[in-house]
Amino acid sequence: MNRWIEKQRHLIDFTASSLARRKGKSLGLLVVYTLLVFVLASVSLYTHALRNEATRVLAGTPEIVLQRLIAGRHDLVPPGYVEKIGRMRGVQKIEGRLWGYYYDSVLKANYTFMVPADRNIAEGEITVGPALERSRGLAAGNGISFRAYSGELHTFIVTGVLAHESELVSADLVLMSEADFRRFFAYPEGHYTDIALWVANPQEVRNVGRKLIDALPDSRPILREEVLRTYASVFDWREGMMLALLSAAILAFGIFAWEKAAGLSAEEKREIGILKAIGWETGDVIAMKFWEGFLVSLLAFLLGYVAAYVHVFHFEFALFAPVLQGWAVLYPSFALTPRIDGVQVATLFVFTVLPYTAATLVPIWRAATTDPDTVMRS
Amino acid sequence: MLELANIRKAFNQGRHNEYWALKGIDLAIPPARVSVLKGPSGSGKTTLLTILGCLARPTEGRVRLKGEDISGLPERFLTEIRRRSFGFIFQQFNLVRGLSAIDNIILPGYPTGTPRAQLLQRAEALLADMQLAHRRDAKVEWLSGGEQQRVAICRALINDPEILVADEPTANLDSRLSAEFLAILRRLAEAGRTVILTSHDPLVVESAVVDRVYSLRDGQLIDVRDVRRAAP
Amino acid sequence: MSRPSDRVLGFTLLAAALFAATFVDAALRRGTHEAALQRTARLAEDLRLSDPVLFTEARYTRHPTQADLHSAFQDHPVAFEHFPSGSLLPPPALLLDRHEPLDREAAPSD
Ligand SMILES: Nc1ncnc2c1ncn2[C@@H]1O[C@H](COP(=O)(O)OP(=O)(O)OP(=O)(O)O)[C@@H](O)[C@H]1O
Ligand SMILES: [Mg+2]
Repeated sequence: MNRWIEKQRHLIDFTASSLARRKGKSLGLLVVYTLLVFVLASVSLYTHALRNEATRVLAGTPEIVLQRLIAGRHDLVPPGYVEKIGRMRGVQKIEGRLWGYYYDSVLKANYTFMVPADRNIAEGEITVGPALERSRGLAAGNGISFRAYSGELHTFIVTGVLAHESELVSADLVLMSEADFRRFFAYPEGHYTDIALWVANPQEVRNVGRKLIDALPDSRPILREEVLRTYASVFDWREGMMLALLSAAILAFGIFAWEKAAGLSAEEKREIGILKAIGWETGDVIAMKFWEGFLVSLLAFLLGYVAAYVHVFHFEFALFAPVLQGWAVLYPSFALTPRIDGVQVATLFVFTVLPYTAATLVPIWRAATTDPDTVMRS
Repeated sequence: MLELANIRKAFNQGRHNEYWALKGIDLAIPPARVSVLKGPSGSGKTTLLTILGCLARPTEGRVRLKGEDISGLPERFLTEIRRRSFGFIFQQFNLVRGLSAIDNIILPGYPTGTPRAQLLQRAEALLADMQLAHRRDAKVEWLSGGEQQRVAICRALINDPEILVADEPTANLDSRLSAEFLAILRRLAEAGRTVILTSHDPLVVESAVVDRVYSLRDGQLIDVRDVRRAAP
Repeated sequence: MSRPSDRVLGFTLLAAALFAATFVDAALRRGTHEAALQRTARLAEDLRLSDPVLFTEARYTRHPTQADLHSAFQDHPVAFEHFPSGSLLPPPALLLDRHEPLDREAAPSD
């Protein structure tokens, strides 16, 4: 056993010094390889953590949101719906929600205006999300004017800013009183944007949803379960797009690595001949090359992963966030909770370390099995 | 020590360019002596040497090392024997460029799993013996031909082999260095090692250090002559 | 005595230690984030929020779960942004240009 370890260390000695001999090439390879792992790991750590965070944060979203549809688009819920549904069996609590979008053409950003269910806001006052604080420089006590669709300006006093720690769900919110909301959007009295409802027995949610459609054929219930499912699968597409962009880079790297790993230079072939002639077995040569491929790719994996971790969880994914987030002006800024999927990390490990190690071994096989006497004739 | 019985060696056997480089060789290499294989170019000296040194297998015939038939052994065992019993010195020295002299010398010790400290100690002793201690950490490509030759000798000796095999070892050396090299071989033979070399250099063949000369022509042994010396 | 393999293995070990450290760091951060996360979940519950603020550019990206049922870019409640245009196309310049001067005039007070 000791001999075996000592032998492996000898082989690593040899590999290390042959890498050191080709310093520029080896270092270049390590850097490019590490960068590649960094990008892949960044994307997968980020999306995994975001999915987790979203589903956790939204665990308490209303059990059912009921929209009314007209011509395939959702429309205001007219008076009477709330009362009608309230009488339905199994419905525990029901509320009309009031919310909508406002486009701020100064910033070219969309805000979400909303009447909060949990607090009373006086007329003429608003509470804003942290992104507004940041991008419009708002603080408690400031005034701000919004231009309603009617064309008139409405001025509000900011009385509070929502906590920064909750930015993931609240960045673009503008909370205001119901009276202000209705006046600002000229929202007809008695109408709501949609209806939130809670069901007494969780097992009954689907049944209630079905009953709602029967009773109100123009309605569309959105179940909490569906919301959570949406976010459990969110980003698959954008992640895929990011990977598609990356694939060109991956391909280029693949060619580079293949050439580097698979193409044995004449010099290396000569070395292998010498090693065989002085008493190395085929297996020793292969083991030596294995260490080269394994150590290079292992180092690239470790360094790339660590850099990606720091990037995602300590620097808010700063390099790639714009790519994933599209062209929106209001970037929410949030530090994700590090939720790490062991399987994902293992997959990344396997996909970065195995192919490269294999690529270094394939060509060596033939070179290493050449007869040792060839070195006598050169 | 090393015996060959009816050795024949074909290259490209069964193909249109089949070529018999050795056509039935019988010989016995005496232990602790310097033996030289001589002959014109193409006569099969190198081929015979690779068979003597277990680098290659004969197409027909038997190789016996200390009475044991080794020609039928599988590759792994042959490598093991080669590593333990043979040291090689090549015409182009075949040192690994980019490595220091000492790192080159300990290379044959790697597969044995001998601790590095022990290998280094042995290598340093060998270097000192060859008056090369001061070049220990020099990269081999910076060494002179004679120094490279001596590093190659050290490398051949690192696993303490009984038999030293050298193919045209003086081809790249001038007369003075060749003479020095031969003196070293003499010393090694007197210390009990068996030395086998090939050469068509008269300086080597007629040298006083040589004990026995085998003459080859067209893959056949035409003459064996004990040339030297009253036993020490 | 510094031997090449010592250096390589030492460096690899260091990298492995950093790798392990990220998991420790992750556990610590999860701990410190937990309270804030709960408060955020609480806020989402209290305000009846249904979507995180990830992309504010369009309603089908701001509230993917609440967007229209049958419209371009949003065929199905579970579907999310089928088309690259969602990420690559800015809104029509024409519309932006028409709104901006009006609002500039009208928004001096903030
Ligand atoms: N791998 C090979 N394939 C085909 N023929 C070979 C091979 N190796 C050697 N030969 C032939 O075998 C013959 C003997 O070769 P060998 O190298 O043993 O000669 P040599 O006596 O060492 O010659 P030199 O003095 O030039 O080194 C030569 O004719 C050579 O062409
Ligand atoms: Mg020859």
